[in-house]
Amino acid sequence: MEFFDNHKKLFRTALVLFVGLTIIVAIMPAINNQENNAPLPGYEPLTQEAYLGKKSFIANGCVACHTQQVRNVDMDNVWGSRPGIPADYAGISRIDFWTNTATLMGTERTGPDLTNIGLRQPSLAWNLLHIYQPGRIVATQEALQLVAYLQSLKQTPLPDGKLPMEFLYKKKEIPVIVNGNNANLPDGKLLYTNNCMSCHQANGEGLKGAFPSLKGSPIVLGNDLELFVNIIMLGYDARPEYAVMNAVGLDNNLTPEEVTAIINHEKTSWGNNAKTVTPEEVKKIMDFIKLTSNK
Amino acid sequence: METKNIFSESGIIITLLLIAIPVIVASILVIIKAKNVLKNFLKKKELEKFNEYLKNLSPEEVQKIEQRKKELEFSLSNNELAGDTTPIDAKGLIDNVSETSSLRFIEQKKKSQARPYIEPDLTKLILWYLGCATFWLLFGTTVGEYVGIKFVAPDVDHYSWLSFGRLRPVHTNAVFWGWASLAMLGLAYYVIPRVSNVPIASIKTGYRTLILVNASVILGSLFLMAGINNGGGEYREYIWPVMALFGIGVIISLRNFYKTIAKRTTKEIYVSNWYIISAMMFLLVIAVIAYWPSWQNGLGETIIQGYYMHQGVGMWFMLFNLGLMYYFLPQQLNKPIYSYSLGILAFWVQILFYTLIGTHHFIFSAIPWWLQTVAIVGSAGMIIPVVAGTTNFLMTFKGSWHKLSGSYTLPFYLIGIIFYFTGSLQGTAEAFKFTNLVWHFTDFTVAHSHLTMYGIICFMLWGFIYTVVPRLTGKEPPQITVGAHFWLALIGLLFYTFPLMYGSTLRGLMWMEGTKSFIESVELMAPYWLWRAIGGSLMWLSHILFAYNFYVMVKKKEEIEIPSSPKDILNAKVELDNQEVTN
Repeated sequence: MEFFDNHKKLFRTALVLFVGLTIIVAIMPAINNQENNAPLPGYEPLTQEAYLGKKSFIANGCVACHTQQVRNVDMDNVWGSRPGIPADYAGISRIDFWTNTATLMGTERTGPDLTNIGLRQPSLAWNLLHIYQPGRIVATQEALQLVAYLQSLKQTPLPDGKLPMEFLYKKKEIPVIVNGNNANLPDGKLLYTNNCMSCHQANGEGLKGAFPSLKGSPIVLGNDLELFVNIIMLGYDARPEYAVMNAVGLDNNLTPEEVTAIINHEKTSWGNNAKTVTPEEVKKIMDFIKLTSNK
Repeated sequence: METKNIFSESGIIITLLLIAIPVIVASILVIIKAKNVLKNFLKKKELEKFNEYLKNLSPEEVQKIEQRKKELEFSLSNNELAGDTTPIDAKGLIDNVSETSSLRFIEQKKKSQARPYIEPDLTKLILWYLGCATFWLLFGTTVGEYVGIKFVAPDVDHYSWLSFGRLRPVHTNAVFWGWASLAMLGLAYYVIPRVSNVPIASIKTGYRTLILVNASVILGSLFLMAGINNGGGEYREYIWPVMALFGIGVIISLRNFYKTIAKRTTKEIYVSNWYIISAMMFLLVIAVIAYWPSWQNGLGETIIQGYYMHQGVGMWFMLFNLGLMYYFLPQQLNKPIYSYSLGILAFWVQILFYTLIGTHHFIFSAIPWWLQTVAIVGSAGMIIPVVAGTTNFLMTFKGSWHKLSGSYTLPFYLIGIIFYFTGSLQGTAEAFKFTNLVWHFTDFTVAHSHLTMYGIICFMLWGFIYTVVPRLTGKEPPQITVGAHFWLALIGLLFYTFPLMYGSTLRGLMWMEGTKSFIESVELMAPYWLWRAIGGSLMWLSHILFAYNFYVMVKKKEEIEIPSSPKDILNAKVELDNQEVTN
């Protein structure tokens, strides 16, 4: 065929086909998404410190193991309260002359997703320990900036009245409690692992000089349930020898059943042997907390 | 912090061991080299003495030797029965007759065929390309091996330049832009003039590209280790000035190839040239789109990222290699390609579907759903070019399977073709929605990219290199080390990928179930990461063997031989006497 024997026509056709398809599936959607999305009203731009922290995050290639995207599938619910939407990334633009825009959505989750890390693990002490490992803390300026960036990573709530997209591929419902029977509570050990273990450790003994031990703790073993629930929900900063504890319960929207499961797990593990509590008792205290705290 | 003796730290010990291995190997090499030099020197002395003796030979002595030669050469005329008519093999049918051979520890494979004349200048250029590529293969996979070890021993070192997050892109980019790209370009400098039946337009341009690409990979690797990168998009970690060097390198060689094809003496453009020229044009398009800042804000960056990383793989490496395959495979089998039109069909369908599939790296993400659907459909469409290509290659093999066992290059081709089929179709399967739930974000992706980039691209390139270099230099690699290279690479790849795929499937299922904590899914992976390091080590070892084979094929040294048989002695004397006359 004449067409196939003419190098000008042949290569030009191939190029036009490729570039044409490219414009349709890459350039136009990219421009469209760039122009037609704006950050949510509650979006907070990075502070100068957090911005520098993000640069450090990029320089060290953290994106190789940490994603920043909550997909609209139920298994991703642990990383954020709602699926990610284009507006979440709309505020991100080119870093500088040398460096491209970095949404840092990533493709590998060797480590946890960081979309909401600022709410999930807000403690400064925990972050520094995590990044530099126990016994290796060097709180350089760069480390503090990096943590400032991580603490700034939070899902912006949707404006009032907007319902988030639903998560697809729902897991089978875990049975909900009917009459306060312990057997129907969620898995306390799993909740402890997800919410408490990074500081208080798997053996409940904490870390000397940073996080107090729960094993044999008077608060865990004692009967002042109100104080116990308060600490879980609102955090604690009464003892100068330990790091500040953040409002773990409130930040992660723990339900009364979940808090009960955590409390009962702590009261009965690592040699602890105290009387367990019921969700009703906990719910009463939590309702009161919700009334008094203005969050 | 208390200070311990640093030599009792496991990290330091492992680092020292890693450094010691090449040092020890290098010392051994130096000793062998020195021994050879000494041996050569002694032999030269001996040869001089021997020449003295030759000069002083009296006519009687010469006669004696001649007499002895005649006696030794005595044999039956072998035509006692056949008569005097001399048999003539006028058509050269009797070839490669070898009656004596050593013990067959290794099967004797067919030797490389003598081929038409290649200009020495072009030979030199191609060897430089392949040599640099081999270097980057060794460098890139050494880094990869180290990064793999870090999954097993995370505290191996605490230097920022050697941290995991910085070395990972050094590994991927060095093997992409250094090893595979340079090898492909070098081979194209061989193939394009061959199928166009004209000399290459400019050899100088070839060297310019070589320098630019090498500079790009050197600078890029240093910048990445220093923490200077482009913002974390996979495979576009090099900052734009570094990638620009690479791009300019490709542009000037593209122009060079295009000019060569334009003045071809064949009427048609052989299909290899379609693939190669298109791959180079498309790479430039991809790179410009990936680095141009006008469409990169917000989600735009992610859409471009998906497009870029997949087109880089499919439109540069895959398309280019298919082009080389359409030249080398028929040639190695000494028969035409099964179907020229299947090759043409695969070409157009690949452009049509492959261009669409970038977003399949971000299924269920915030990217518009229509775009994700297009990507999934395009991934399914890729079945057509992959099946067409594989069928074409295997049907070309048909009827020549017996050649496989007698060749040391064809096994590389076959493995490349098999992985082309399985690896590419695995990619299609991974794009589906359910498989995304199980496998996305796990090490399954890492396994897949190694099955394809290593199983397809590297095996094909090795096959091509073992084919071309002996033709250029006239020297063949030792069969035993070629065989060892092949098996170590193949077994290593399987050890690397299968445990990773199995482990990450378990991990994905654990995530979906949602009843275990994340950290348990990390602990689950530990044994599979160990297998990955073991497989990686085998692969790395095979690359050292490959580098050795390459060295054997290109080294210039000639052996000094002292004449020993009467015939050789006489020849040497005639030569020596002639020299004296001309002096």
